[in-house]
Amino acid sequence: MNEIVTPKSLGLSREDLPNSYIGRSVPRPNARKLVEGRATYTDDVTLPRLVHAAFLRSPHAHARIVSVDPAAALAVPGVVRVFTGADLAKVCDPWVAVLAHLKGMKSAPQYPLPLERATWQGEAVVAVVAESRAAAEDGVAALAVAFEPLPAQVDMETALAPGAVVIHPELGDNLVFTRTAETGDVAAAFAAAHRIVEATFHTGRHTGVTLEPRSIIADYNRADGTLTVHHSTQAPHMMQNVFATQLRMAEGDVRVICKDVGGSYGIKVHVYPDEMAVACMSKIMGRPVKFIADRFEAFGSDIHARDHRIKGRLAVDAEGRFLAFDIDDLTGIGPYSVYPRTSAVEGNQVVNLCGGPYAFANYRCTTTVVLQNKSPTCQYRAVGHPIATTVTEGLVDLAAEALGMDKVAIRRKNLIRDDAYPCTSPAGMRFEGLSHHASLDKLLAMVPVEKIRADQLEQRQRGIYRGLGLASFIELTNPSPFMYGIGGAKISAQDGCTVRMDPDGSLVALSGVTEQGQGTEAILAQIVAHGVGVPVSKVKVVTGDTQTTPYGGGTWACRGAGIGGEAALQSAIALKEQILEVAGAMLQAQGSSLDIIMGEVVDKATGQVRMPLAELGRIVYYRGDTLPKDLARELVQTRHFITKEYPFAFTNGIQASWLEVDVETGMVKLLEHWCVEDCGRVINPMLVDEQVRGGIVQGIGGALYEHCIYNEDGQLLTTTLADYLVPMAAEMPDMHVGHVETPTKESLLGAKGAGEAGTAGAPAAIMNAINDALSPLGARVLAQPFTPDRILRALGTIA
Amino acid sequence: MKWPAMGYARVESLDELWQVLDAAGPEAQILAGGQSLLATLSFRLSEPSGLIDITRIPALRGVSVTGGTLRLGALTRHADLGRDPLVAAHAPILAQAAPLIAHPAIRNRGTIGGSLALADPAAELPACMVALDATIVVASRSGERRVPAADFFQGLFTTDLQPGEIITAVDVPVATPASRQTIVEVTRRSGDYAMAGLAAVLAVTADRTVDAARLVFFGVGSGAEIARGASVALTGTKLTQATIAAAQGALAGDLDPPGDLHGGPELKRHLARVLTARALGPFLAPAEQAA
Ligand SMILES: Cc1cc2nc3c(=O)[nH]c(=O)nc-3n(C[C@H](O)[C@H](O)[C@H](O)COP(=O)(O)OP(=O)(O)OC[C@H]3O[C@@H](n4cnc5c(N)ncnc54)[C@H](O)[C@@H]3O)c2cc1C
Repeated sequence: MNEIVTPKSLGLSREDLPNSYIGRSVPRPNARKLVEGRATYTDDVTLPRLVHAAFLRSPHAHARIVSVDPAAALAVPGVVRVFTGADLAKVCDPWVAVLAHLKGMKSAPQYPLPLERATWQGEAVVAVVAESRAAAEDGVAALAVAFEPLPAQVDMETALAPGAVVIHPELGDNLVFTRTAETGDVAAAFAAAHRIVEATFHTGRHTGVTLEPRSIIADYNRADGTLTVHHSTQAPHMMQNVFATQLRMAEGDVRVICKDVGGSYGIKVHVYPDEMAVACMSKIMGRPVKFIADRFEAFGSDIHARDHRIKGRLAVDAEGRFLAFDIDDLTGIGPYSVYPRTSAVEGNQVVNLCGGPYAFANYRCTTTVVLQNKSPTCQYRAVGHPIATTVTEGLVDLAAEALGMDKVAIRRKNLIRDDAYPCTSPAGMRFEGLSHHASLDKLLAMVPVEKIRADQLEQRQRGIYRGLGLASFIELTNPSPFMYGIGGAKISAQDGCTVRMDPDGSLVALSGVTEQGQGTEAILAQIVAHGVGVPVSKVKVVTGDTQTTPYGGGTWACRGAGIGGEAALQSAIALKEQILEVAGAMLQAQGSSLDIIMGEVVDKATGQVRMPLAELGRIVYYRGDTLPKDLARELVQTRHFITKEYPFAFTNGIQASWLEVDVETGMVKLLEHWCVEDCGRVINPMLVDEQVRGGIVQGIGGALYEHCIYNEDGQLLTTTLADYLVPMAAEMPDMHVGHVETPTKESLLGAKGAGEAGTAGAPAAIMNAINDALSPLGARVLAQPFTPDRILRALGTIA
Repeated sequence: MKWPAMGYARVESLDELWQVLDAAGPEAQILAGGQSLLATLSFRLSEPSGLIDITRIPALRGVSVTGGTLRLGALTRHADLGRDPLVAAHAPILAQAAPLIAHPAIRNRGTIGGSLALADPAAELPACMVALDATIVVASRSGERRVPAADFFQGLFTTDLQPGEIITAVDVPVATPASRQTIVEVTRRSGDYAMAGLAAVLAVTADRTVDAARLVFFGVGSGAEIARGASVALTGTKLTQATIAAAQGALAGDLDPPGDLHGGPELKRHLARVLTARALGPFLAPAEQAA
């Protein structure tokens, strides 16, 4: 364990160490504000002279824009102006979403509004700005835009075939990126295998459905040449750079402010053309422009994800040891790679993560990323993980069945040993320390497997089909510059935190990571309170403002706690030292003989109170004349943190799902769900558990409900919450969460990410549970979501 | 999306309603619970010139029993159906249907008149009313009309309501000791519109002979679909596994379901057969149920 003092590490109770906040379920200070409706979302911000934007969106999957006649729209009361792609291109450079380290990757230049062609149904084509959103929509309805429909490339399977519609002729074909990772001798391993299992899996295209939709206000001030953007985003500093670069401004003249954000899940970490259009329109008009996506347009303009077809093979020996994985992944990403993270990363993650929990020698995985005329896809919670876990764990269950082996036993045999670290996976991922076996043991202590198996047999006699499914997983967290920076994207892997003490002894922490409802600010407050030695109620946290917080990457890829938290801890510790030095001068003691407990300077040896921090603050700020002249008295410290040893801090875990399939209707009823995960140091158990549960729910969504369904013409059919089914409380099972803690040694805090573990493993656990339930009937489902229709087809009930 | 601009009037009586309807013209729409209408406005699927709010008209409220008839005012909320003792006693299928309709917040506002006037093909209440052989009471300036439910529903979102008419009440024949009423459905999530549903009202004698049967499906066609063949297959004979199977068999001729996002016609036909067995199974002799 790292040298960080917690009551547990000292063998003390919490009462003995009152301001130890790490590992403690402190309630979120901002929760009450959120439930009382006192948060400040972007749409709550109003500014003088504010105007509102609405977009005419392409009704066709692929069409030439023949003409735009704004006359009738301009005559609508309240309409101020109409903008086309050509109007905005005058102030904004196009962007191309490729990363240099993804070799051979290509994509086409994208503009805020397209110049000649619309390439997906739902793409913003013309903008109307008006005194109200309603008037802007009236204006959109009055626009006369002529489209010439073009043949659309909808099916990813034919995107590279001869005769495919090449979406961007200048690219030559629809291939965005392909990569094959190969280790060992895959062909020989398959040739020598005792058994080979293979299957083709599909993960369904779905999207994030944030409670607060995408929202932006751009406010260009001609008087001082600055652009202030109020934005519902996960990455304010990245967006600052993007706005400045594309709008040809100095980065320092752009300020991005993001107060409360109502959920993000990766949806709000991308550059959206309609949001860029808002910034352009504000620059041109010199007025603040607001755009709040409504649910209807969100379905066709928020990024989608997970549209993959994956063929997988697994070779095993007679003892059930894994010899080789051979995976072929195909994904359709829409007509553009999304800036700046690119839409090749999801497929690339599949290559990085397949087989991840297991020890084996031979590996081949190819991803092929192609263009199509559907909404663009990009990173969504647990990027690539649920796909890789589905394939891996689906194949593991198939292998167990082929060998007649127990599904726990085959995992135990092949999971990487807990004492094998550090080690490198066949896909090239470096693991510092994982706990697959400890996690499996803990899971088995929580899941009453014998009782479940007995119940399963008994129920089958009555025609009730229940199943138990397992899924081990790894999760990539705390990314270093190896994720985006080395590819040329201006996305900070480093984050910072400034902590200061004010006269009354209260603390303010300014952090580069952001809060979108998951509790980042709560854990930052805990860490700072712990590090300095004050009650957590004395800490206020500021995030989401590029002009006041230290430069950083924001919150995504599970880095808030691991990177932002460590920066907070280091600056808190530095501030504590500074305070103690000042206190030493005041008390004529060595700083090292003093400590701070619950907001008071105490004698370290005896615990005797020497001075409250408020008294120290009073003297420093108001009676500095009484202190030695050369005493350093800045009660503020800043530290930055970046991981250096490992490209990523991997976490691991295992999930189990227990469910019942109604074999007459094809409906799946979730009975119970378990997850044991190892995110390193748990800072706030309650928040980690809720992150895991929320993640599981999104995984359940992908497995059973959520699906962006297109018809063959590329029309999105699921554009309301009545048709796009999100998981709802009534259908959710009880979820039990357990932890194993293997702190990363890269930081004092030792925290890795926890936000994506639930989503990474849940779909595979559910798939395996459904197939376990259906096994006596000889049916198997491999295409998500597992709908009644698909289950009844697998059963042969309907053709 | 935001609503288009439009007028709004709230009327306190039927007389006032007729006046306002005359003044507003044919483009105005009646607003009851708003749980369907307001959503269509938000999608700009309809752009009425104005909304006329009828929720303050006392004559459209209330649940009462007179003779053999249970009268439900058009403004009876879905939530009321679920908790009204008269409904539970005299039309238990409506009490069973209530929790299947949407979610509590919607049930607190949505009205029976609105549901019947809308005639959503997957809605529970139109099917229940047809199964119950209820009478829809409609009124206009020129007086009242009584329309059997089976004639009132005329297809996808289409009813017999004429311009200037509103639903004022529904008259339901009260349940007798022989009545067997049940509603079953398959939904992806609780509160969703049904992938397929069945409202069944039977009259069954003490020796389990079915004197009358009305099986009415929803979510499998353009509206409340009476399964005539299946109903005939059950009638005039004892209810047994065999007659249920015969009813299931007859569905092939009764239903011609369209596909939807959940699946194709075959899925719906299959679910209709499953629902038939699930609806009728509990009315079998106990010995047969266990089998
Ligand atoms: C999320 C959601 C889920 C839902 N799920 C279901 C479900 O599972 N099953 C289901 O059946 N319904 C469902 N509904 C619809 C709900 O039941 C509505 O309340 C109902 O369909 C309409 O009733 P209303 O009183 O709200 O009517 P309104 O929305 O006010 O009106 C609907 C239509 O009826 C007309 N109208 C209303 N009252 C009268 C009257 N007395 N005479 C003549 N015309 C009238 C209006 O002009 C309008 O055209 C759902 C709704 C939502 C929002």
